[in-house]
Order: sequence, then structure tokens, then C-alpha cells
Amino acid sequence: MTTTNSDAVLPSQGIEAPRSGRIDPKYLRSNPSTGSFEMVAWVFMRVSGAALVVLIFVHLWTNLMVGDGIHQIDFAFVAGKWANPVWQFWDLTMLWLAMLHGTNGMRTIINDYAEKDSTRLWLKSMLYVASAVIIILGTMVIFTFEPCLTDDAGNLLEGVAPQFCHGVTN
Amino acid sequence: MSTATVEQEPASKVDLAESGDGAGAVESFDVTLKVRRYDPERAVDAWWDEWTLTMYGTDRVLDALHKVKWDIDGSLTFRRSCAHGICGSDAMRINGRNRLACKTLLKDLDTSKPITVEAIKGLPVEKDLIVDMEPFFQSYREIMPFLVNNSPAPTAERLQSPEDRERFDDTTKCILCAACTSSCPVFWTDGQYFGPAAIVNAHRFIFDSRDDAGDMRLEVLNDKEGVWRCRTTFNCSDACPRGIEVTKAIQEVKTAILTRSL
Repeated sequence: MTTTNSDAVLPSQGIEAPRSGRIDPKYLRSNPSTGSFEMVAWVFMRVSGAALVVLIFVHLWTNLMVGDGIHQIDFAFVAGKWANPVWQFWDLTMLWLAMLHGTNGMRTIINDYAEKDSTRLWLKSMLYVASAVIIILGTMVIFTFEPCLTDDAGNLLEGVAPQFCHGVTN
Repeated sequence: MSTATVEQEPASKVDLAESGDGAGAVESFDVTLKVRRYDPERAVDAWWDEWTLTMYGTDRVLDALHKVKWDIDGSLTFRRSCAHGICGSDAMRINGRNRLACKTLLKDLDTSKPITVEAIKGLPVEKDLIVDMEPFFQSYREIMPFLVNNSPAPTAERLQSPEDRERFDDTTKCILCAACTSSCPVFWTDGQYFGPAAIVNAHRFIFDSRDDAGDMRLEVLNDKEGVWRCRTTFNCSDACPRGIEVTKAIQEVKTAILTRSL
């Protein structure tokens, strides 16, 4: 005699897994990410961090320790440094790496601490706008910097312009 | 033969007291157990209950919970299966740290203050110390925790050198108690993170020389909710009742994903 009770052959119909469909949506990974952005960001943090250690300490050393040390820092000192393409490149690299490193760090902190999607969106938008403004402004300053300031009559501003300006205008 | 007098070995290496009935020899003390209760059928919010119990030096936190449940308040609810640190059912927050109640001796805790016991964090509490483990096991299932081998099955077992076996030995110890995942601050705010336990169990197969699906598991964990979410706070390594170096395993999976991509 064969069993005809349909309830007894549930396995062939597929038994639902225990608690299936009862997971709170906040635990479900709805849109799996494609690409490796997070991996690239992770590697960038480590590489830029190591580079920044060198960049920043050489920067501090040349500004604060070499020559007259802290007393030499004025407009003319900065102007003199940026007249040299090596220091232009140095400061540009430092600006970009530090800003991107810091922005990515803030991005991970926001991802970790913001609980609502809307909060996360707003905080990250503000962060990206602020970073973009600083990076663009900083880059412009480094490349369009005018070391020899003149007054309305076209004369060099005494006491402000670095030494090498005198040779150019006089 | 030798005439030298042989000194009689003592009957036992442990000197047993001549008198006493055994149980009396074990020190006893009073502990206050403070348990975070939650029962949606009784109250909307969670509350704390305290009991003062006379326990013995050989007792664990689980014994104190048993004493409450069996003798004082039968409504206290918690999971435990084997009660000997193998099944991984009774992970809970004891004095703010994730521990197995069956492996934590009361005498090792500060008994001068109440011992707080809470459900593990980050998973939905269902009642008292019981949480919904389903999100945890969902992540576990997604990393394919089973051997995948594309070559035809041999007639005997698949042989492996002791060195190859040693490579993933640490991560075979996992008992899926969720102590690591529920100690992870990233998981507390982001329940979509795979969590340390899933990564540990992926590690167990990724570094198994007999397994052929390592690439698929690495692809799964390269997700934005995968290994890159780890902040290396070492909470998971501290919490693991099996002593697995969880953070190290996660770092090894990160390195594996990196070297595969390069």
C-alpha cells in the first residue's frame, strides 16, 4: 500500500528553510558591488600614508630646521620655494595625497558611523565638495603663484618681494 | 636484587583532605548575577534583573544561569546545547565582553561586583539572551562553507601533506558561536558586513589545497561589505572562545584578494 498523504512528501516539494524570509532588510546585501573600488581605496591608504611620511617630514625639515629655521618663514620664503619646480611638484604631490588620504579616511568614518542612508549621503556630499574645492584652489595657487607683488604704479612692494624679484624688474 | 629501600609513591599526586565530604572542600561564595531581560510579550523595553546566588569555585556563568532558570525564575531564556564549549550556542556578553557562558568560570570574574550578562550585540534580540542568528548564518552560507573539488573523486580520501593542512588549521576551530561577529563595531552599525566569522570560514577553504573554489570565495569577499570593511580593531580575536587569530585570518584573505588581482 502506498502513502497518498501529500503532506508526507514535503521534501520533494522543497521545504522552506527555517525562518526563511524573516531576515530584517537591514542585514540583506541588496546590491552587490562590482569592481574593486574598496580594494583600490584600501591600497591607496597604505601607499599614500607611507609616501606622506616622507613628504611631510622633509617639508617640515626644510621649513623649520634648515637655515634660519622657524624665523625664515615669510612670504618671500614661500615665494622662493615655489620658484623652484621641484618644490612646486613636492607641494602639489603633498596636497593631492594628503587631501585624498584624508577624504578617504573621512569617507570610511562616515560609512562606519552614519546609520541612516540620508545622513550618509549628506555628509559624504559635503565632504566631497569641500575636498574638491581645497584641491582645486591649492593646485591653482601652486601653479599661478605670483611671487613679485607690485603696487598700482608697477613698483615692487618693498619688504615683501623675495630677493630675486629685484633682478627681474630693475 | 637491589636492597635499596624504594620510597613508596603516594596513592595520588593530589593530596586529598583526610576529612570532609568533597563538596565542602570546594570554596563557595555569593555572586550577584545581573541579566538584561527582554520579552516583547511582557514589556516593550528591555530591563535588568538581579539575583544573588551561592555558587562554587567550579561553577561557570552557565551554572549560575541554570540555577536561576531551574530554581528561581523559569522564564529566563537562553540557548545552550552541549554546555562544554563545543556547540557554540551560549555566546553572550559577560561583563561587557563576548564569552561562552559554559567556558567562563565565576571565580575568574570579579565577584565583588554584579556580573552582567547580556545578549550578544548587533543581532536582533528575540527574548532575553536569545538573538536571531539568521543574518549571521546567511553570511556564512554565502561564502560557500563546503569543499568544492572539480577533479573526479578518488576511491580513498583526498590526501594532503601535513604542511598543507597546517596552512588553515587555525580557522578549522570555528564553532560558529557568533562571539566574533557580534563583537565587531563595524557589524554593530552595518549589519550587511559579512563579519569575521564568515571570513574565517571562507579562509578555512580558500587556503585548503584540496579546494578549487577559492577564487569564487575571494570574489564574494571583495564586495564593499566584504573584507575591506574590516578596521583591524582586534575585537574579534579577543572575543573568540577558541583562540582563533581572527584578525590575522582576515588580513590573509585581504592579501589573497590583492595578490590575485595583481
